[in-house]
Formats: sequence, structure tokens, C-alpha cells
Amino acid sequence: MRPLTDEETTTMFEKLSKYIGENIKLLVDRPDGTYCFRLHNDRVYYISEKILKLATNVSREKLVSVGTCFGKFTKTQKFRLHITALDFLAPYAKFKVWVKPGAEQSFLYGNHVLKSGLGRITENTAQYQGVVVYSMADVPLGFGVAAKSTQECRRVDPMSIVVFHQADIGEYIRSEDTLT
Amino acid sequence: MAACSIEDVLAKAEKDEAEKLKSITVVKELDLEFDLGNMLAFDKNPPDIREFRQKNKDDFLRSLARDNTQLLINEMWKLPTERVDEVIVAKLPEPTARLPREKPAPKPRPPTKWEEFAKLKGIQKKKKTNLVWDDVHKEWRRRWGYKRAKDDTKEWLIEVPETADPNEDQFAKRNKAKKERVAKNELNRLRNIARAQKIKVPGVGLAPTEQQSKSELGKAIHVAKMSTASVGKFQERLPKEKAPKNTGKKRKFQPLIGDFSSEKQKQLDILKIMDSKKPRLDINKAVNKQMREEDMESASKKKKGAGKKGRKGSFPGKKGNFPGKKGKGAGSVVKSGKNRKPRMKQGKR
Repeated sequence: MRPLTDEETTTMFEKLSKYIGENIKLLVDRPDGTYCFRLHNDRVYYISEKILKLATNVSREKLVSVGTCFGKFTKTQKFRLHITALDFLAPYAKFKVWVKPGAEQSFLYGNHVLKSGLGRITENTAQYQGVVVYSMADVPLGFGVAAKSTQECRRVDPMSIVVFHQADIGEYIRSEDTLT
Repeated sequence: MAACSIEDVLAKAEKDEAEKLKSITVVKELDLEFDLGNMLAFDKNPPDIREFRQKNKDDFLRSLARDNTQLLINEMWKLPTERVDEVIVAKLPEPTARLPREKPAPKPRPPTKWEEFAKLKGIQKKKKTNLVWDDVHKEWRRRWGYKRAKDDTKEWLIEVPETADPNEDQFAKRNKAKKERVAKNELNRLRNIARAQKIKVPGVGLAPTEQQSKSELGKAIHVAKMSTASVGKFQERLPKEKAPKNTGKKRKFQPLIGDFSSEKQKQLDILKIMDSKKPRLDINKAVNKQMREEDMESASKKKKGAGKKGRKGSFPGKKGNFPGKKGKGAGSVVKSGKNRKPRMKQGKR
């Protein structure tokens, strides 16, 4: 486990800012305690200082996970968000998409959100903007990327993709063994 | 009949046996010449041509070779033998016949640059005596090398020449001159070798080759960039230039549990820089905004026109259609489908 380098921090923040914009500041600077990002096995964990100190007692090989996994760095040093980061993305999300109850299941199986399943969408969403997907009951289901801007969404036919799927809470069951 | 056949068989067997154990004595008209060092035998007898033609040629040659080999082995048995570990060993004498060499004779070494020059000028080597009289030590000493006569490296004092700088170290100067001469000589030697083998004369550092690989080019760029007075510190960089690999610099990370407040400050600084890099005018956003305004305008126009004709709420409210901005509750959120009631009320008004 080690702190991120400046480069790694920048790549991770750039990815995070696609979903929560300048709200990253609220993650870094928290009034309720010190929280930090740590790299372990190429994965970035968001940990409170207290738990971090406790985790130092565990040897590197034995440590599977600590705190919240935000995502991982690929071998080419790109950052991929994991579904486990949803707990911190959802409250600060700038752009949201609500999915109709009928399309919820399809999304949770890992499919893209079609226009027919789109309940609501935040206005002014640009194309390829990172969005958090909610059910109509405001339960965060996952996140993805807007395939169309809000304006275009009005005109497209009901079978076209509106949000590209990136991660959903169904992964907790589907890829249980690889999530940390 | 039977006895006859038995005799025949016996005779044949005897004959075969005799064939196998051919006598070790071979008679030749002329004695063979032997070179036991090379285990060679020269047979000067002319071959029996008639027999060679009539008989099976292979058999004839084979029997001839056998006989001659037998003679050679007989000769070898005449040498003094001794027994070493159950093996009988004989020492062969020096070979007498001179064999031709396997490889062609080596070519003469191509002349060095000096040799060429000397030949051109007609300079000839003069043989100098190896030993010279040394007046200081009162003995004969070698002209060159260790313990040579008039050894100028062993002087305890050097007179400073009038023209020279008095603060200059004459010993160091002499040492340096010697080292330079040695280096120059070595370079000339390598040049001569390169010239002889028709290779390009090696330069110093990274010599340019015809086809440089990507890594070689990268290294050359790195070396060139570092070759400034400030060791490349103020050198301009290309937009996506990568740092050179394997420069011997080890990556170093911050401690796992270090100063949390400074870490936080650093991250906030990064965020600030990221924020400042964002363009002030997001073209996509601006275009979208413009499009929305146009939509709203056209929608309101339609509504007005419809109102004149007396149709109520003529907005084509199919499912999945996105009406523009909603009534009070919606905020910045666009709803589709069912929440159409507020608009209907507006229409009535």
C-alpha cells in the first residue's frame, strides 16, 4: 500500500470529475475526519486515517481490501471506476438518469439504458458525460456515460441507446469474486 | 555320397576360415614407404590393370587396401610398445611427410597509415641497440621501458621554462602529456584496424548509424538534450514527450502514513489546477442551450397559434416525448410521460 503519485492522482481525479465535477473537494476535505486515497494491488482505496493505521498491521500479501475500492489502474495507467465507488459517486453526482421500473432489471443485468427505459434525465447533460443511474425510487443502481445529450434524447427512437452501461450493482452478484 | 558331402562342407568351411584370417604376411615387389608419424604408407607398385578390369573393381581395390593396411600395421607393431591400463600403446615417431595446410595462407597485414607514409617518403627503419649507457647510474640500461636510461619520470626536480606560467605544475603537465600521447596512439591503432577491415572509424559517444532503432533515437535525443550548460534543465519539451527510461533514477513514493494535511493540500492544489484548465466556454453546452431555447420558442409559438384556434392543450404528448421546462416541482429535471398535468392546466389558462 502506498499513496498515489501526482500523476496517478490527476488521472483518478479526472475520471472522478466526469461524474461528480468539483465535488471531489468534498471527498478530499471532509469535516468528519481525515480520509485519503491509497494504492494497493493497482487498486485505489478510499480509507479513513483510523482504518489505514489499523491496516498497517496486515502484511501486503495478506491484505485483500481495505476501506472502499474506487477503481483500479490498468496496465497502461488508465483509471477504471468500480461499482464499489457508487456509494461516494451517488450523493455528489452532477448528472443523473432515472430508469423506469420496467428497465431496471435489464440495466442490472449489464445492459445499456435504452430510450424506452429512460424515466428522467438531468437537463443540460452533454454527450459522453458521466452519469449516475437511479431507479425511479431514487435508489442508485450504477453509473455510465450518456450516449446522447438531453436535447438529442427527445428526438431519438425508443430503441436507441441513451446511456452506455459502465457499472451496476448487479455486479456485486455477477462478479462477486473479483470485486474488492 | 554322404561322406563326400561332409568332406566338401568341411573343406568349404576351412576355406572360409582361411579367407577370414588372411595371412599377415603380404608379398610386394617393391617395399612400401612408411611415415609412421602420420600413419601413412605409400605403395609404389603399379596396380595390375588387367586384373582391375576383369575382376570386380570394388573388390580389387578393397583387397589392395587391406594388404597395404596390413603392412602398415605390421610396421607399427615393430615400434616399442608398453602396456598402460590393459591397453597396448606405441609411441609414434615424428612425421616425415609434410601435409598441406587446411586453410589458405594468411594474407599479409595491410600497412598502417605510418607505414604507407614511410614508404612514400622512403623512410627506412633503423635498427637501434637495445642497451644504452646511462651516465647517471654508470651502467648499461634499456633504451625503453622499466628502469630505462634517462628516465624523465623519475626526476625529482624540473626546471620551469622561462616562457611557462610559474604556477603551473610541471610534473602534472608531463603526466598529462604522456597520457594524451598514449590515448592518441591507442586511437590511431584502432583507426588502423578499422581501416584494414574497412569498417567506419569509430567516433566518441553515440555514433550515428544508417538505420537507428527507436530506442537508439530516444537515447540520442536524451543525450543531446542533456548536453547543455544547465544539464538540460531549461530545455523545452515536446507536448507528449515521455521521460527517458532506465536513467538509474529510482521512483520514490511518499510514506504510507505521513503528513495527512500536506497530502490533502497537494490534492486540493491538483484539483485547482484541473479546474483552471477547463475551458471557459463549453461549445457543446452552448449549442445545446441554444437548441433548447429555439425549441422552447417554437413550442410556445405553436401553443399560441393553437390557442387562437381554440384547441386546448394540443401539445403532442405521446409517451417518451420531452416537453421543455416543467412547472414548479420539476426544477432542472426533465420528465417524460405521465407528469403532463401541470401543462394541461397552463393550456386552460
